[in-house]
Amino acid sequence: MTITLFDNKGTPLEQQKFTWKDLVQKPISKLDDDAFTRVRVILMNGIEQQANRFQHLCSQMNGDLRKPLALVRRAEHHQQTMVNWLLSGDHSPIETTIGYEQVAIEVTAAIAQQEPDEYLAQVYRFGLLEDFDHMYRYSALLDRVEGKDANNILQSYTDVIPGRPTVVEHRHPLDDLRDHYDRGTAEPISKMNALTIMSGEYQTRDYYMNIGPTFADPVARQLYAEIASIEEQHVTQYGSIIDPNETMLEKWLLYEANEAYNYYSCMEAETNPRIKAIWERFLNYELGHLNLVAELFKKHEKRDPAEILPETLPDPIAYESQREFVRETLKTEINLSAAGATFVDRSEETEATQDYRNYLNSEGSPSEAVAENYQWHPGTELARAAGKAA
Amino acid sequence: MEKTAELGKNRTGIDMSPVHSKEMISGVEEMTDAEAYHGTSEAAEMDMRSMAAIDTQYIRESDPVGSVPIPGTLKGTLKSGLKKAGGHDPEVFLNKLGQRLAYERTGVRLYESVITKCDAADELHPAGPVTVEGLRCIRDEEEDHFLLLKEALETLGADPTAQTPDADVSGVAAMGIQQALNDPRTTMPQCLELLLTVELADNAAWELLIKLAGELNLGELCEQFQHALTQEEEHVQRIRSWYEEMVMSQSAGKRMEVH
Repeated sequence: MTITLFDNKGTPLEQQKFTWKDLVQKPISKLDDDAFTRVRVILMNGIEQQANRFQHLCSQMNGDLRKPLALVRRAEHHQQTMVNWLLSGDHSPIETTIGYEQVAIEVTAAIAQQEPDEYLAQVYRFGLLEDFDHMYRYSALLDRVEGKDANNILQSYTDVIPGRPTVVEHRHPLDDLRDHYDRGTAEPISKMNALTIMSGEYQTRDYYMNIGPTFADPVARQLYAEIASIEEQHVTQYGSIIDPNETMLEKWLLYEANEAYNYYSCMEAETNPRIKAIWERFLNYELGHLNLVAELFKKHEKRDPAEILPETLPDPIAYESQREFVRETLKTEINLSAAGATFVDRSEETEATQDYRNYLNSEGSPSEAVAENYQWHPGTELARAAGKAA
Repeated sequence: MEKTAELGKNRTGIDMSPVHSKEMISGVEEMTDAEAYHGTSEAAEMDMRSMAAIDTQYIRESDPVGSVPIPGTLKGTLKSGLKKAGGHDPEVFLNKLGQRLAYERTGVRLYESVITKCDAADELHPAGPVTVEGLRCIRDEEEDHFLLLKEALETLGADPTAQTPDADVSGVAAMGIQQALNDPRTTMPQCLELLLTVELADNAAWELLIKLAGELNLGELCEQFQHALTQEEEHVQRIRSWYEEMVMSQSAGKRMEVH
């Protein structure tokens, strides 16, 4: 199915309405729905959350756009509600966390492979191996605190093995800033990839910041503090690849196109018909927003939206296990770090990063402690120990 | 004195803020429609009707939490047991086995948490009669029960790594207990009360599992489960004994020993 951006008017904004019953639908089943349905729900919550943040910030910096921003943002907010509330209440916070990291791994890996710019693809692979390690640490926490198997969430799509160790991921802030794409020459898909991954990471950072203090267990509290710090690094990284010279309306146009792209990708891949209908409904909402913003773009910037957007949406994001790509990246890039915007071997890190990291880790490392001698086994490490004893 | 029952600092009750509490109460009386609140049980039930209406709608529209994974091929003992039992649904038994497995597995982690707390005991954080060895014995038996259930499921042709619906719901219920046990501030008596809750539920569940296995003519499993139940009954006795001793000693103002 091909989606053309400029002929397709979508749903008019005034028809984008909800009731509370409509907003709070039957959730997905943690047990019976495909893990990628959960991945899509989590990602789209992140996409809408970032849209909300962005539109609030714009409103504070542009008086002329306040009214259309308020109108579109209200619909986006309610879309976010409906999407996020699809998560069922039997997901424990750590189980939800496993879901979040699966999003980070599988979607970043898919996007790294569809990214045409080699430097940007490297940025995604760099972050990928760090989120991959977070999955391993959280899986250890889930096993050792709750006695549960992370694979009940992962459904065997994603490996649970160490990545680039979290303990060495801590870098000085200036070593998390990357070179940005050039707004004049970058492909539209590159711009949308950046928005997608930044949105996902920003959501993850906020989620860990919110739930970290709700744990009573000290190891859990420390681990969430540590990994939230890395997610903040990732938001810095992914935010920095976006050209800061884009105008506000240019960015808003890209945001809406990217939201449409993501709902389209979800719709194409979705296996649950009820959830697929939601993705289709919201694709049409986003096309409605896109057309509204396109008119604002023409009016205020006297430019043609076709200058920056493609005529049709790119091929959808691949929602399938990226195991082989992740393993290949792990083999070749685990020892990478960054010095400024350049990726270097860890032996060439800046003194600033080493000092920063050494101080943070000077009283111990929760990510090392939680996963000491941890190896994932089907049915938890107790099943592995029991097997050895038998 | 142990901190659990220390007097003086708790700010949660209205007696701690007599002036502000009086203002709050009079505010409700003066600024709201007092006639709408009669304080009768009938009025209370009516107040909950709107909430119940929303809940009822969702209850009626909801799907179950999830399904029980049934093995593609029922193996040996379960297959022949089902044949003899006639009309019995293996789904119920497999669901309960999966639940018990998850419960025992989580139980191991709960006991490990309390073992850490016992090991950290000092004058300010006494463990009283509780010993690391005593807790470890229970922990190890919970692990044995987990292994027993794992093997039982495998023998029946089922997947012991699957999370059954009842395992999921039990997991949700256990979250509160985990949260309280893992809190470094909770005392040994508080932890023992939570473990007693866990063990009492565990006992009831093993009794039911034995009945279900009996209905399915799974004689060998019944014997093995009976042995597990005997151990669980001992767990209840031990935890209850420790718990009562600590609380009664606290009440009598006795100083708890540090082992």
